[in-house]
Amino acid sequence: MTQTVSAPALEMRGITKRYPGVVANDGIDLEIRPGEIHALLGENGAGKSTLMNILYGLATPDAGEILLDDTAVTIAGPADAIARGISMVHQHFMLVPVLSVADNILLGEETMANPIFLDRREAHRRIVDLGKRFGFDIDPEMKVESLSVGWQQRVEILKALYRDARILVLDEPTAVLTPQETKDIFLVLQRLADEGHSIIFISHKLFEVLEIADRITVIRRGQVVGTRIPSETNEDDLAELMVGRNVQLVVDRGESHPAEPALTVNDLRVTDDRGQESVKGVSFEVRAGEIFGIAGVAGNGQEELVEALTGLRSPTAGQVSVAGKDVTRHGPRALQQAGMSFVPGDRHRFGLVLSFPLEDNLILTQYDEAPYSRGMVRNDAAIRAWAKQAIAEYDIRTPSATVTAGTLSGGNQQKAVVAREFSRKLTTLILDQPTRGLDVGSIEFIHRQVVAKRDAGAAILLVSAELDEVLELSDRVAVMYRGEIVAVVDGPTAEREDIGLLMATGRRGAAAEAALVAATHVTGPGVEA
Amino acid sequence: MEVLFDIPILGFVLQFIAYLIEAVTTTNLAPQTLQLATPIALGALCGIMNERSGIVNIGIEGMMLTAAFVGFMVAMLVHEAMPQSEPTAIFGFTPALVIGILAAIGAGMLVSALHAWLCVTVRADQIISGTVINIIALGLTGYLNRLIQPTGSAGTLDPFRPPEFLVDLPVVGWIFRMFLAVGPITMSVIVFVIILQILLFRSRWGLRTRAVGEHPRAADTVGIDVLKLRYRNVILGGIFAGLAGAWLTLEFNQSFQNGMTANRGFIALAAVIFGRWTPIGAFGGALLFMFSEALGIAIRSNPPEGDLGVFLSGIQAAYPSLYNNAFGAMPYLLTLIVLAGVVGRSVAPAAVGRPYVKEGAS
Repeated sequence: MTQTVSAPALEMRGITKRYPGVVANDGIDLEIRPGEIHALLGENGAGKSTLMNILYGLATPDAGEILLDDTAVTIAGPADAIARGISMVHQHFMLVPVLSVADNILLGEETMANPIFLDRREAHRRIVDLGKRFGFDIDPEMKVESLSVGWQQRVEILKALYRDARILVLDEPTAVLTPQETKDIFLVLQRLADEGHSIIFISHKLFEVLEIADRITVIRRGQVVGTRIPSETNEDDLAELMVGRNVQLVVDRGESHPAEPALTVNDLRVTDDRGQESVKGVSFEVRAGEIFGIAGVAGNGQEELVEALTGLRSPTAGQVSVAGKDVTRHGPRALQQAGMSFVPGDRHRFGLVLSFPLEDNLILTQYDEAPYSRGMVRNDAAIRAWAKQAIAEYDIRTPSATVTAGTLSGGNQQKAVVAREFSRKLTTLILDQPTRGLDVGSIEFIHRQVVAKRDAGAAILLVSAELDEVLELSDRVAVMYRGEIVAVVDGPTAEREDIGLLMATGRRGAAAEAALVAATHVTGPGVEA
Repeated sequence: MEVLFDIPILGFVLQFIAYLIEAVTTTNLAPQTLQLATPIALGALCGIMNERSGIVNIGIEGMMLTAAFVGFMVAMLVHEAMPQSEPTAIFGFTPALVIGILAAIGAGMLVSALHAWLCVTVRADQIISGTVINIIALGLTGYLNRLIQPTGSAGTLDPFRPPEFLVDLPVVGWIFRMFLAVGPITMSVIVFVIILQILLFRSRWGLRTRAVGEHPRAADTVGIDVLKLRYRNVILGGIFAGLAGAWLTLEFNQSFQNGMTANRGFIALAAVIFGRWTPIGAFGGALLFMFSEALGIAIRSNPPEGDLGVFLSGIQAAYPSLYNNAFGAMPYLLTLIVLAGVVGRSVAPAAVGRPYVKEGAS
């Protein structure tokens, strides 16, 4: 879209914010025009969130000013920001699951019949109208918890529009969406921009930014390092700006040399917490020296599959074997001894003990083995030595080995988990969303380690909701849909669109397109296509 | 059918049902149930006000006890200062009783304010805050009661006397007796339950309260002051705990006894869970729990006749203490069963018990 240069809707000038020990924002200038989609690009910790928190009134800048329509303003808090037409769609949706769509939209900006009671009828009418204007039918009575992620995002956007937002901040809106859902959301955003809304789009997916943005501002270490127009830049240029050095976006994985099968899964069935069978007879084998990727929309049984493979959940039927040994229903401990390593998807709940020092976290799966223990006693010297080595080898940025894991950034926490799991003697490696929420620098690092592990002869199972990650790394790609593996394709030649459709419908080509159309039209919102 | 009647158990059940119908429609069983359920229901309303906004309150017991004590002492002092004042014809209000009720409410709100401060500002463990309140209330009221050794009286509120023709109506008369032949605090419960039920689900305050109890950060990001709302709800909830206390010393009894709340605050919490955090549901729970106690009183004062009566008096003769205590224990037993989850999964507000820390603050 071409833009005629007009007066900015929002200007942030010389914004500086210091936290103890860091300058989060160091004299940032940002200018947003009306009807513009402006991407804000930067690594984790670059200062994007701080800048947006300042705009939304959640933090006060130490220096600098904010101008709305050329008038300097002070934003006292979220309520003030909303009143000035600024709305934010947070990465983790700020929706109350047990409340209806309408109640979520109304909250804080209630349409009242009188000073006490809500006017739900009027609110419903306005919500339905708003939805229609931007191209979707939504039932205001539906509980948010029964909506798919894509629809929850629409509710968030409606929430902003209901408040007459002129400036809409979206924090990594596509992180949890399928390619198809992303496309749909982009249509909505384009429509918003055409109506004159300004959109600040925070992301670190470079190709998306290039596709949707009118202008791109890149932030690194609290400073603006450049503003680009998509037609005059490319992914490599942006990545270099972001990280400050040449980054290899797609790790060169080279040729794989698969050997004998190391992990074999045969007709595995698993039920979830609600007693539903969520893995319905899955079979595959991963060979030594191969990366086997499983793609799929979150909630199609991958979580239960991983739990069953790693001993966290007992399968109801089927067999799992590692290196030829039957390990079905073995606990995590026995699996580790059989040569399996596991990088869990939720590093806070499963990967780390956040309140333990980093050095203790680095030996969580080996603490009782030599040299880290001598009989019943810890060997602190050995633990310290290994921590030092891991910090250097895996580039974990930390003030020391004794700080608690909870104080590290997400990328460094994940590197600690990777250091621990990759350094063990292993034949099989299970990676569940290994780079979730990480920035390109950390992703590049971890991807390199994964490929190195493969080349050293490990059988690697990679489960990720990030389709790009699966495609970049996998030698073979399986698609999981409603508890079944619906296709296995060759990794290097897999087509992004083809896999996307398989993820969304379980089918391919024209049949999938038809299913997609039918699903959106017949079942409407709330049903995951 | 004939065969069935030979089984004594079934015969007992049928006789018992007949007895129940007769007791409910002709005796004071119904109004007595409502009366006994009053402090439970009021305590439950206090609990709902707290928990819906995300604050656990196990200190209802202590709040009630403090209010009962303060209400009684204040009413007694006023009564001694102006003994001649004439009670009103309906409910028997005197200045002493009115001021006593207000004092009880004030005491309930004050203790609640302490709870709010501990839970919201200090971010103390909410269970511990409630426990501390219970222990302090029991100790302090007991100590002061012994110190003061009150001998005077504060008078009591009278039940309303509904017109005879209304309560004597066939089939429905007992309903009028249940809701009309009771004291003013008891009568007010029904009003509060209905008002709170409507407000919680239809008003702005209710929507915000529920949102804050489920997902405070979401509420915060749309500009709702989570801490202020929690403070307000907890302190306003104290009104109900205060009224429950006033009921104990100014409507149901005529004096203060140490520990007289007798764990009603905890039964109230069970009623909250039973009613799935809705005022009407909790009220239903309170009625169910206390019906068992009222029934026990009825059976002992007016035993059933026939085989069932013979059977019961047989038990009474063989195990007198078990018999006499069994009905009194019923509400507690039911509470235990409810808390053990027999009523099915009842899901608490998601954020209950977790202090809220604003983003950016530490």
